[in-house]
Amino acid sequence: MSAVARLKPARRANRRAYGRLKSVAGFLVVVATTYLGLLAVTFFIGRVVPIDPVLAIVGDRAPAHVVERVRLEMGLDLPYYQQFWLYMKGVLSGDFGTSVLTTNPVMADIRRVFPATMELATVGTIIGALIGIPLGVLAAVKRGSFTDQVVRIIGLVGYSVPIFWLGLLALLVFYARLGWVSGPGRIDVVFEYTFTPVTGFFLLDAILNRDWAAFRDIVSHIILPASLLGYFSLAYISRMTRSFMLNELGQEYIVAARAKGLSETRIIWGHALRNAAVPLVTVIALSYAGLLEGSVLTETVFAWPGLGLYITNSLQNADMNAVLGGTIVIGSVFIAINLLSDVLYRMLDPRTRSR
Amino acid sequence: MNREKITNRTGRLLAGAALSLLLVSGGMAPAFAETPADTLVQAWAIDDTITLDPAESFELSPAEFIGNAYDMLVRLDINDTTKVKGGIADSWTVSDDGLTYTFKLKAGVKFASGNPVTAEDVAWSFERAVKLDKSPAFILTQFGLTGDNVTEKAKAVDESTFVFTVDKAYAPSFVLNCLTATVGAVLDKKLVMEHAEAKTPSDEYKYDTDFGYGWLKTNYAGSGPFKIRDWRANEILVLERNDNYYGEKPALARVIYRHVKESATQRLMLEAGDVDVARNLEPGDLDAVSKNADLATTSAPKGTVYYISLNQKNANLAKPEVREAFKYLVDYDAIGSTLIKGIGEIRQTYQAKGVLGALEASPYKFDVAKAKELLEKAGLKDGFSVTFDVRNTQPVTGIAESFQQTAGQAGVNIEIIPGDGKQTLTKYRARNHDLYIGQWGMDYWDPNSNGEAFTSNPDNSDDASVKTLAWRNAWDIPELTAESKAALLERDNAKRAEMYQKLQQQALETSPFVMIFQQTEAAGLRGAVKNYKLGPSMDTNFLAPVTKQ
Repeated sequence: MSAVARLKPARRANRRAYGRLKSVAGFLVVVATTYLGLLAVTFFIGRVVPIDPVLAIVGDRAPAHVVERVRLEMGLDLPYYQQFWLYMKGVLSGDFGTSVLTTNPVMADIRRVFPATMELATVGTIIGALIGIPLGVLAAVKRGSFTDQVVRIIGLVGYSVPIFWLGLLALLVFYARLGWVSGPGRIDVVFEYTFTPVTGFFLLDAILNRDWAAFRDIVSHIILPASLLGYFSLAYISRMTRSFMLNELGQEYIVAARAKGLSETRIIWGHALRNAAVPLVTVIALSYAGLLEGSVLTETVFAWPGLGLYITNSLQNADMNAVLGGTIVIGSVFIAINLLSDVLYRMLDPRTRSR
Repeated sequence: MNREKITNRTGRLLAGAALSLLLVSGGMAPAFAETPADTLVQAWAIDDTITLDPAESFELSPAEFIGNAYDMLVRLDINDTTKVKGGIADSWTVSDDGLTYTFKLKAGVKFASGNPVTAEDVAWSFERAVKLDKSPAFILTQFGLTGDNVTEKAKAVDESTFVFTVDKAYAPSFVLNCLTATVGAVLDKKLVMEHAEAKTPSDEYKYDTDFGYGWLKTNYAGSGPFKIRDWRANEILVLERNDNYYGEKPALARVIYRHVKESATQRLMLEAGDVDVARNLEPGDLDAVSKNADLATTSAPKGTVYYISLNQKNANLAKPEVREAFKYLVDYDAIGSTLIKGIGEIRQTYQAKGVLGALEASPYKFDVAKAKELLEKAGLKDGFSVTFDVRNTQPVTGIAESFQQTAGQAGVNIEIIPGDGKQTLTKYRARNHDLYIGQWGMDYWDPNSNGEAFTSNPDNSDDASVKTLAWRNAWDIPELTAESKAALLERDNAKRAEMYQKLQQQALETSPFVMIFQQTEAAGLRGAVKNYKLGPSMDTNFLAPVTKQ
């Protein structure tokens, strides 16, 4: 009797460990199939695009024997399934191939462009969330009022006006006319001799070097494009915050809290927003992941050497190694951010915490 | 009521936060920046730069970097672009049989590294380019150089004498013109070989060294007026004055290129003074810049021509009358005054202005009646339908639409198939088009470059080894091919020029190429920039004379 009683918790722990293992294994299988599917689809789309990839490397003028040699070097004479198999073999051993356009290893290229995009996306998301959430709360609290309408219009404009146009307009006003911010690019040319990027995250590099002049310059370069991206995500975040908040504000616990005599500030910020925060994390995470893909138009207008331009350029030149490498990176970003938001869920939502 | 108060406070908080954000960012920016007085900052789309190695580079923007940072044996004389002048070479002689070129090098010339420039460096640079055999290598290998014979054919006889042996008695102007190309840049052998990596010879690559190929992609080993200090792809390229340069030293200490693709962005930066030169201004922005009192513009015709071509595999387009009729169906005046204003000049012959033997003739005018008459003669009184592959960029899209409309007036029904650049080009190279609008830039500054492309087609079969533009349009021209070949071997310059003019005249009358315009490169400048002059080719956009006030 007592032995059985002693055994029980141990068995339960075992079962729990087994369950966790199973869920980790299941997760890994999902991740692996996601990658495989992602790569297969991208690879075959890349091969049916009516562009000769050799053209991108050797150019329009190369003599026939050079074209033929490069075609063989790239393995383009092999059947598609063999080409895919060779590519996968490379990927599994950590070799993502060489970009035919830049002739650098794909991962070296991405390591160069990704920090620029990530820095911009991070600052943009922070701006978007810091302004978007309070705006959404405000709109929910003042539902139907003039304020609500204003917030709605701000959101709609942010979401629907082409960012290309908005970017140029912002440059014209804040950079060219008012001179409040620095222009396109990541850093001014006067820092060319004093500032050497190490991590590729310029803000971080400046802090590490304690180069405050450069830091100020970088901030004044990043603020405009980041605000634009922030505005774009703000639109989405504020709309979602509003609807989550409305949902929470209609719950009985809010009525109970009011009856208890809690201040409205505590009710809104302490109770309602806290509960709305759980789904909101997903919204912010997804919009962050979206920005991490790189925004081609923003990057074009602001001369920002990021991932969006890199992948677009590669696609247009049928540079499939680069496109596939980019796809893997973006896929990983989505998976990582999903994981991260799962973790945040657990922290924010007591129900999903394991006892 | 309580709620009201709270949210009011929230509103104020928000407004305060927004305001302080603006203030913070506002306080941080320098007021309108001026670029340093000894530095020229240029905004230019430099994303076509994939390597700085003269043996491999064959794109537009790196040609300018290499043209300023390296020296060749001979250089194009920009005051008379039909001639060359000495670069590294002080003088040269051609043997009577026309096969041997002997170059005497200038004395006391040094590389930026401080190493002396010797004939051995020249010979090795030739060897390297031929053995690496990258895209521009054919400019040298067309003289009969191969990996096996290059050390014999391009040879240092002593410290300062370099001998180049060609396989046929070519026109000397042709040989010398080709040697001005960036692939002929003289490299610092000692410096490059310090960075060379060992290779295992294989069937594809027969040599035991990479000739510094991996290193030179992002590094520099030249002797030009500037040296390349730094390059971050799609971001920045920095040129610095080379104090070891033998000639007159540049006034500028450095030239910085910033990668900016968008025309409107470039214009804003130019107006704000963040850049001194904007290089990719579209007609509208260029116009605005030219009207601004603080700014100026400059321009020069470049060696790129635009044309519409008719695939002779299409039975209708193969009729001589149709070819001629199409030349009457382009509204040259309208295109010249609107679509290509500031970026090109109407040109009906295929050689670029300024090259040896370029023919100045523009006999065709927009004339629907004349075209209709010709179509009737061809038995196509009621017109016909045809497809038109057009890449979706300006100005070609606009020109294609204009042509679609004007040709429609003569009953030719054109269906435009828009596509991405590489996509339409792939189709064109496979001869699967009907009509195609293309651009052709000269490979090297010699009339043979375009002469061969437009009026030579040694083998019109589908699996030909030489695929010129004439081949791409299945234009079978044995006589013109022979004439192009003869012009290549004509050693008298005046006669040679005449032969190219004759070729252009025949192309004007009978070719399936409707020539539209020659590209003009234009740039917007800050008022302080002086002596900024664009050359006839990218590698002759010389920066050494530029000053800032």
